[in-house]
Amino acid sequence: MTDNLQLNAEGKLKHFLTIEGLDKSLLTEILDTAESFAGVSEHQVKKVPLLRGKTIVNLFFENSTRTRTTFELAATRLSADVINMNIATSATSKGESLLDTIRNLEAMFVDMFVVRHALSGAAHFIAQQTAPHISVINAGDGQHAHPTQAMLDMFTIRQIKPDFASLRVAIIGDILHSRVARSEIQALNTLGAAEVRVIAPKTLLPAHVESLGVTVSHNLTEGLKDIDVVMMLRLQKERMSSALLPSESEYFKCFGLTEEKLKIAKPDAIVMHPGPINRGVEIDSKVADGPQSVILKQVSNGIAVRMAVMAMAMQKQGVTA
Amino acid sequence: MMLRIDQGRIIDPANNIDRIGSVYIEGGKIVSVTEEPVGFKPDTVIDASHQIVCPGFIDLSARLRDMGHSRKATFKSEVLAAATAGVTTLCLQPDTVPVIDTPAVVELIKELAEKAGYPQIYAVGALTQKLEGTELSSMLSLKQAGCIAVGNANQPVKNLLILRRAMEYAASHDLLLMFRSNDFWLGNNGCAHEGAVATRYGLPSIPEAAETIALAQCLELAELTGCRVHFGQLSCKRSVIKIHQAKKYGLKVSADVAIHQLHLTENDMTPFDSAYHVLPPLRTEEDKRYLRKGLADSTLNSICSDHQPHDLDAKLGAFPETEPGMSALETLLPLMLKLVTQHAITLEQGIACLSANPARVLRLQSGALTPGFSADVCVFDPELDWQVNAENWKSQGVNTPFWGQTLKGRVTHTLQAGKIIHRL
Repeated sequence: MTDNLQLNAEGKLKHFLTIEGLDKSLLTEILDTAESFAGVSEHQVKKVPLLRGKTIVNLFFENSTRTRTTFELAATRLSADVINMNIATSATSKGESLLDTIRNLEAMFVDMFVVRHALSGAAHFIAQQTAPHISVINAGDGQHAHPTQAMLDMFTIRQIKPDFASLRVAIIGDILHSRVARSEIQALNTLGAAEVRVIAPKTLLPAHVESLGVTVSHNLTEGLKDIDVVMMLRLQKERMSSALLPSESEYFKCFGLTEEKLKIAKPDAIVMHPGPINRGVEIDSKVADGPQSVILKQVSNGIAVRMAVMAMAMQKQGVTA
Repeated sequence: MMLRIDQGRIIDPANNIDRIGSVYIEGGKIVSVTEEPVGFKPDTVIDASHQIVCPGFIDLSARLRDMGHSRKATFKSEVLAAATAGVTTLCLQPDTVPVIDTPAVVELIKELAEKAGYPQIYAVGALTQKLEGTELSSMLSLKQAGCIAVGNANQPVKNLLILRRAMEYAASHDLLLMFRSNDFWLGNNGCAHEGAVATRYGLPSIPEAAETIALAQCLELAELTGCRVHFGQLSCKRSVIKIHQAKKYGLKVSADVAIHQLHLTENDMTPFDSAYHVLPPLRTEEDKRYLRKGLADSTLNSICSDHQPHDLDAKLGAFPETEPGMSALETLLPLMLKLVTQHAITLEQGIACLSANPARVLRLQSGALTPGFSADVCVFDPELDWQVNAENWKSQGVNTPFWGQTLKGRVTHTLQAGKIIHRL
């Protein structure tokens, strides 16, 4: 079962919905394109005219500050017109269906939707239903995928550790509910990482998690051995009320990343987090702000990677990145 | 009014008949099979040569919508689909709008069935009021109004004490319980089987244990209360094993499987295609294999359509928010025949699972071509190919994953109480 929906007849990116079904060369192309955009943000005039005259709608059915902002910045740096719609507080709360919202926006001649939604498959659904000239970028759907986050993390890793084949990566925390984790695992495996290891209690791991191509550990101290990249996941507070965990403090004791535990990983290991951080829950401030942390670098790289994906998805409309 | 179905291959599992011959019908009843009655002068003759003549199909679980859900389908549209499918008797699950929990709703259903020209629709009464799982329904009144059984229609019963009492009460009135095993809490609002596919797509998932634990609890209560129980739409290996053990132990229980569970698994789901959203969810190849095995060794005695027509909007959305269920009456026969060509069951078993066996579950004098029985007959051509498309489809719900496919086996004539209700 492959996802051809996101590629056009020539095998180029049309939508960006999930990492699944994209090959190594396409992922590398995204990273290389992002590389070429990385300088733009440091110019005095932080703009390139690639998407001039195009209209991009940020369609956020779920609240988000960071992701929406970096998408907005990426679009404006490509000279596109951007409209932000926070549907969490608007149309659908008045009873409008997802499809009606899409139809209405289509009628306003937009060129691209950047979609975040609380349900898995929402971005797929919009890509299937929308007019053929519109591209859809998934900015996170339910527990399914968050492909731009995965690519900006790959970009960040590549800047520091360019040889994926030698990398052992640990993803720690709430894998069960994490779209970030699913996309990271697919991206790392496609790029040929030596090992992807997930570390979490059983309550936060999905059934048959090994089928995603990972090794599994329930113990942070053991799991961090030989690790080059440590990826922490955010722990949502509601996991306690749904009986998945006893308390924040017990979670921190078992799975929280402290300076001491980080020493178990390789000495040059880097620490990543998709944000927003729960300090003292999944990560100690000393680590988050410490020398091995690349968390803020991830945020800056988010702009270049999102510019790359947007420009590539618009290629069919005559845009050359 | 005399009618003869001429020279077909008659397969009537209840009477152990499998031979070429004619069926003789008079006054809405079967009068003879293969032997011509003296002085029989038919008004109508149906040529059934090269076709199979068998008892009309009895579907233990269907939704015809209508009433509060007429945007999805109506009795008028769905009885046409049933007739086209060779189904002559069907059981309506109680989760209609309004719920079948008062004699008035049962009367309304009878009226709608009469108006649609398809009287053999049996209402299954709600086990609890409004199917809320807290207070017992007026089961005796429901039975007197015509309910053939009571059921929970996949809704949770609040606790085991209430289920125990409901079963005791049903047993007091010799009512069959049609039970859908699903632990609400373990189900956790999931929409896909808890396995590799749901994990890959990040879909909220339902473990097999949601079914098997509810099943095990109900089996224990069946023994405690003496209630007759029929388990509907089982989906996994461990449920088949549990039913097998319970029967061996001596419990008077029976079970069915929905036809799609015998053909589709989680691996068939195209990403986020809501046509595959069903409850219980499509499970694994191993589960499918055991469900087929369960049919072959009679652990499961019936196949139902679990027909659930939907309007387009119900299936348009992100997968988890779409409504579960398939429109499944019209694919019932060809999919049963596919089990035969794949050597999962014999043709005789397949027909029995759609006629004699469900009749036994419901204690109906039906499901067989026995002289004196109501002339419910299905005549079908097992070799006839047809495409699932708008031209051939009768149900108002087009929510089937088989849309566009060419299937083998088509009903040419359906008779209900001697009346021809479908002719191809």
